Amino acid sequence: MIHARDLTRTFKTKAGAVEAVRGLSLDVAEGELVAFLGPNGAGKSTSVRMLTTLLPPTSGTASVGGSDVVAEPAAVRRKIGYVGQKNGAGVYYKVRNELLTQGRAQRMDPAVARRRADELIEMLELTGLEDRTGAKLSGGQKRRLDVALGLMHNPEILFLDEPTTGLDPHSRANLWEHIDRLRKATGMTIFLTTHYLDEADTMAERVMIMDNGRLIADDTPARLKADLAGDRISVSLTSTTEAEQAAGIAANLPGARETEVCGYSVAVTVREGEAILPEFIRRLHEVGAQVATASVKRPTLDDVFLGLTGRSLRESAVG
Amino acid sequence: MTFAADVWTSFTREMKPLVSGWVWLAFGLVQPLLYIGLFVPLLGQVGIEGPSPLQWFIPGMIVMLTLFGTAMVGWSLTEELMSGVLERFLATPMSRPAMLMGRAMKELFPLVFQAVVMIVIAVPFGLQIFGPTMIYGLLLLGLFGIGVAALSYALAVAAKEDTSMFYMVSQSVALPLMLLGGVLLPMEMAPGWLYTASRFNPLTYLVEAERALFVGEFATMSVLYGSLVVLAVLIIGLAVGATTIRKATV
Ligand SMILES: Nc1ncnc2c1ncn2[C@@H]1O[C@H](COP(=O)(O)OP(=O)(O)OP(=O)(O)O)[C@@H](O)[C@H]1O
Ligand SMILES: [Mg+2]
Repeated sequence: MIHARDLTRTFKTKAGAVEAVRGLSLDVAEGELVAFLGPNGAGKSTSVRMLTTLLPPTSGTASVGGSDVVAEPAAVRRKIGYVGQKNGAGVYYKVRNELLTQGRAQRMDPAVARRRADELIEMLELTGLEDRTGAKLSGGQKRRLDVALGLMHNPEILFLDEPTTGLDPHSRANLWEHIDRLRKATGMTIFLTTHYLDEADTMAERVMIMDNGRLIADDTPARLKADLAGDRISVSLTSTTEAEQAAGIAANLPGARETEVCGYSVAVTVREGEAILPEFIRRLHEVGAQVATASVKRPTLDDVFLGLTGRSLRESAVG
Repeated sequence: MTFAADVWTSFTREMKPLVSGWVWLAFGLVQPLLYIGLFVPLLGQVGIEGPSPLQWFIPGMIVMLTLFGTAMVGWSLTEELMSGVLERFLATPMSRPAMLMGRAMKELFPLVFQAVVMIVIAVPFGLQIFGPTMIYGLLLLGLFGIGVAALSYALAVAAKEDTSMFYMVSQSVALPLMLLGGVLLPMEMAPGWLYTASRFNPLTYLVEAERALFVGEFATMSVLYGSLVVLAVLIIGLAVGATTIRKATV
């Protein structure tokens, strides 16, 4: 459904050229839900805007729904829904009217559009706000309206640029529940960007991590975590000698990495921590070491990013 | 006919908040009323020939209102350009020139309304009505307004990073055009150099055409020149506007 080859985009600014996207290649199959993750300024929005025909690429090619984004932008626009990072609803316009205008812009049948607007107002919990103007909505309400606008015509392919930013936990959960249901019902392909690591982790079938204009990882969240981060086992013992002894054993566990001793404690990274921990403790018993505490920390996507770049996603932003 | 449908979509979207803003419309009438009350009596002393100084003054006045009303419309686009509203529409199959055209038509609506009300108000003060030619005059003004509005949108897109730039440029173009167009006082009173300069101002021809139409003349050279000027502004405006909006998101 979405294919990109060596997409680049350079912005000319007074301070010099900004290489926002440098050689992006990706493929998204029909019905997939892919999350684009990366720090501020990584190039996520720029990539999405190129895929949605809003921004011409500096070089490279991309096709969405079988149509080239540069040569056949009109065909692409007919197939996609787009929720941009900024608010899409006008400040002087009423909620319901904006939805109906969107329906007309998407060339929907007026009766179908009216029904769909009511459905979305209910689904995104905008009931009671139909006749309010955009200026009088809260940040989260505006965001939910943006999502409703993008969903209006039930697009085959939906692009969401940080759809849940500014939503409270209830609204986020509600939105995801509906998106999940919508996907099951329609088989919609969804491409989203987010800063919420847990969201990418639980919702996306595939996570693409972008940093500094480049794609640095592309896999299922589970595999990314297993391959690039791994589980961190920590045990504490009753003396430093025991800890040294334990470190030796830890280093020999299957797939052990980054063994570290600190006082009475030893930490080691392995692929399947929960399966390996009992074996580790058994071996420690065999040599007579006393295990005081033991724990396994499952990795997050942040650990994946840290493993890839040496920086934490929580702290890094480019440009 | 999707083009016409898109123009309509854009026009009706823009019209809705306006229709609920009649107060603003009424306010827009205060200014022309002040001119009629406080400025027109002076004109009698200046010595304008014709049945009533209003016959001469009203056309100039509505040209001025149209020029200033439409030269500034770009700011409303700037606002939607900075938020994600324009982008939202650009990602739909809507035709881009149609989007511009619909917007421009909405900006014209209150102006045409103002012009009509002004004419009606001026009747008891001595304005004579020449129906057909006056209607043609309003039509010319409408088309002129669409052209100017499209140019204003283009300017807004070009200056989107710097809003004050937009105001500076649009004001510094509109004001000399207005002054040199002989809108408020007859250009015949001007010193030679100023008169010559006014002949290079396209607005002069529109004002002269409107004045002819407001005294019921139709088959005159000034009406022809005025119509040609309007046609040129409309075509150039829409062409420049449509080209620039393509670059709106870059
Ligand atoms: N119109 C523009 N002109 C100049 N530079 C730009 C423009 N748009 C984006 N950039 C630059 O391109 C880079 C990538 O920006 P982009 O908006 O794609 O980042 P992002 O990954 O979406 O970030 P965020 O998480 O903050 O939304 C940044 O360095 C940004 O400053
Ligand atoms: Mg972004």
